[in-house]
Amino acid sequence: MTPVKSKLGLSRAKIDKARELAAAVTAPVQQFIDRHTTVTIERATLRLLGADGANSDGVPVPNLIAQQCAEKLSGGASLYYVNALVKLGKTPAELNKAVAGGLDLSQIELTDRKAIQKKADELIKGLDGRIAGNVTHRNAKLRQYKDKVKSPLIYVIVATGNIYEDVKQAQAAALQGADIIAVIRTTAQSLLDYVPYGATTEGFGGTYATQENFRIMRAALDEVVDKEGRYIRLVNYCSGLCMPEIAAMGAMERLDMMLNDSMYGILFRDINMYRTFTDQYFSRMINTAADIIINTGEDNYLTTSDAVEKANTVLASQLINEQFAFKAGMPARLMGLGHAFEINPELKNGFLYEYAQALMAREIFPEHPLKYMPPTKFMTGDVFKGYAMNTLFNFVSKATGQGIHLLGMLTEAIHTPYLQDRHLAIENALYVHNAMEDFAGEIEFRKGGIMQKRAQLVLDETIELLGEVKRHGLFTAIETGMFAEIKRPRDGGKGLDGVYEKSPEYWNPAEAYLKRKLKIGK
Amino acid sequence: MFIKPYGDTSNDGAVQLSFTLPVKNCGRAKEAARLYVQKLGFQKVDVVHAAPLSEEFTFFVAYGKTDVALDYDKVEYAEAVDKYMSMDEVNDFIKTHFKRKIVIVGACSGTDAHTVGIDAIMNMKGYNHHFGLERYPMIEALNMGSQVPNERLLAKARELKADAVLVSQIVTQKDVHIKNLTELIELAEAEKMRGKTLLVVGGPRVNNKLAKELGYDAGFGPGTYAEHVATFVVKKLHERMIGKK
Ligand code: B12
Repeated sequence: MTPVKSKLGLSRAKIDKARELAAAVTAPVQQFIDRHTTVTIERATLRLLGADGANSDGVPVPNLIAQQCAEKLSGGASLYYVNALVKLGKTPAELNKAVAGGLDLSQIELTDRKAIQKKADELIKGLDGRIAGNVTHRNAKLRQYKDKVKSPLIYVIVATGNIYEDVKQAQAAALQGADIIAVIRTTAQSLLDYVPYGATTEGFGGTYATQENFRIMRAALDEVVDKEGRYIRLVNYCSGLCMPEIAAMGAMERLDMMLNDSMYGILFRDINMYRTFTDQYFSRMINTAADIIINTGEDNYLTTSDAVEKANTVLASQLINEQFAFKAGMPARLMGLGHAFEINPELKNGFLYEYAQALMAREIFPEHPLKYMPPTKFMTGDVFKGYAMNTLFNFVSKATGQGIHLLGMLTEAIHTPYLQDRHLAIENALYVHNAMEDFAGEIEFRKGGIMQKRAQLVLDETIELLGEVKRHGLFTAIETGMFAEIKRPRDGGKGLDGVYEKSPEYWNPAEAYLKRKLKIGK
Repeated sequence: MFIKPYGDTSNDGAVQLSFTLPVKNCGRAKEAARLYVQKLGFQKVDVVHAAPLSEEFTFFVAYGKTDVALDYDKVEYAEAVDKYMSMDEVNDFIKTHFKRKIVIVGACSGTDAHTVGIDAIMNMKGYNHHFGLERYPMIEALNMGSQVPNERLLAKARELKADAVLVSQIVTQKDVHIKNLTELIELAEAEKMRGKTLLVVGGPRVNNKLAKELGYDAGFGPGTYAEHVATFVVKKLHERMIGKK
């Protein structure tokens, strides 16, 4: 890592210590992960191999196959899919249709393992070509339009519930200057144990993440890319009970970023911890293979906890996310670690604390495209005050070199953004960022001043917290509410019944491919 | 007394508007915006800003003056409580008049997952240096959290013989809060709890008037603290108690 001179006087030894602790905290969890698979990892694998579509009741083909496999999932579902392709001599599209029509793959006698492996190799080759093609295309566009790249990248959200309305709003936002468009997912999709199929027009507070919706939005943004001469990134939510499947869909449809956190689902969606930890690993391998930047969800801690008191939980979680991501082969340049501007605006010197904390994140994670989130909790119906708060947020983001800048909306407390709200937000950010283009290089901080002290304190408190988490183990730490003041029992939450210990004959050609590609393990 | 908006002189009726029209930004679009504001009933309309949002949309800022005046004396609105007591005063009030603890059960009910509002009112820590109901020595408060089905909330209230039920509603898109609050009232009606257990609702888009219309005893909006609700609850219970005698 490139050592940067710390403007905050942060001790290199302490930063290293914090990282070591996070590595020690995640190591035992990784041992569990390595020995397990989940129903959604199996479905994601099926998707990567070509399983797609749904039956007349809307049950997706990957779910149908997983149901057929039942307890056999501990050996891997792909065996039955690939076997059926070989035995029946069908293409994946033909087989998907047959499964949707009621064909039970688990009942087909297994053929020669060599033939199965050969077929799998062929499918994986096709998959690799598709993913590599997406990466090449993205990189080519980024290179072609590199003079238009802003720092930080400007990120806005669309959330109409209807993919076709989302398209209009996304294109408008991109034309105005947004670099990144996130399609917010409909309420409660994270708790569905399947990914809906096809284009959707009904969502609540957001739009369903489906592969077809991904495709529609990707095509719409690509139109703007060439019109504007600027690459527009597309984001969705690789979280919830189908985390790895969403990763698979995103890799195939050239999404550019994915919300993907190692603990968010556990804490904020009450998904079982074993399930989430296992799923995040597989998801992150897929995201890495597809060169997709992840966004972690540390901002969420600050919606229920105080941003000054609990700043250390944000840093601790960033470090834990980083370690889990490293274990999945992910390089730092793909880790959009999250944090947020959520200090109570009434607090005296609150701005200095925000500035110090944001710079601290930058100094501790020098190569990571940090994802900085705007004020939300203290936004009120006073849209004018809210606009002022967003201006300060825009300032801090630029002053501290954040990578991904999620714009605050003046109407945050009122409704999901109107077209004009996004416009006003973009105008504000472009104004501030341009007016202070070289500010960061011009400024230093007083030794032992408020800002230095603040950052040093947060780092110390983080080391303390991680030390305690290490003593108890991460599972117990979560059970006792050490993160976000939320307690989740290890055997509680949703999705535990979908976790399987891998049997000795476990076979997963997609996993083998990912590990080879990312050089994980031996 | 008739009133009109005040810009920089009495009764000038000045109003500021901002909105988007689905047309490309051009002179004609700006004129359309002016005419549109005029149609809303404004005179001396000035479209002071127009910006393209895309090829098909333009954002406008406009000022207009209105002749419409309103008779303020005819406006009816009752706050849930006229004068609030402090935490200590609430406690003394309970000690003096009830000689027992008051039981309050609360939740963010239905599909709503926002807990911060109800926590601000109920949890020990409270909000903005105003302690929550759990801190009140004379109040037995139970916060059931978020996404609590209405049936469960009411069942718990019956089990604990609650004096008041607090319900929080934050999400208002497509009027989900109205649907959910109506369902809760119907359930309470069926359980014959209405008129006995106080039903209080709160949230950023809630006020006392809306709450009353929906059949609740009171409603509280943004900026509410625990002592506001507590004052209402104890005063109303007291009123009912002496009314019965
Ligand atoms: C934090 C937050 C979240 C967090 C919640 C964490 C948690 N554990 O609570 C998370 C990230 C989970 C979340 C999720 C969602 N959210 Co949200 N969220 C917010 C946010 C930023 C702050 C809310 C908050 O905490 N305010 C602080 C508290 C103290 O204020 P308050 O709730 O108004 O409460 C006060 C008063 O209203 C009153 N009060 C409240 N309840 C009660 C009850 C009683 C009895 C009384 C007396 C008083 C009272 O007293 C309180 C103290 O003064 C708001 C935006 C905003 N600034 O308001 C959006 C917001 C509420 N969310 C919104 C949306 C759309 C969602 C999602 C649907 C997004 C999605 N697509 O998934 C999901 C909903 C999930 C669900 N099933 O409900 C929208 C709602 C739009 C609308 N009008 O319907 C908002 C306005 C953001 C936006 N502009 O889009 N959200």
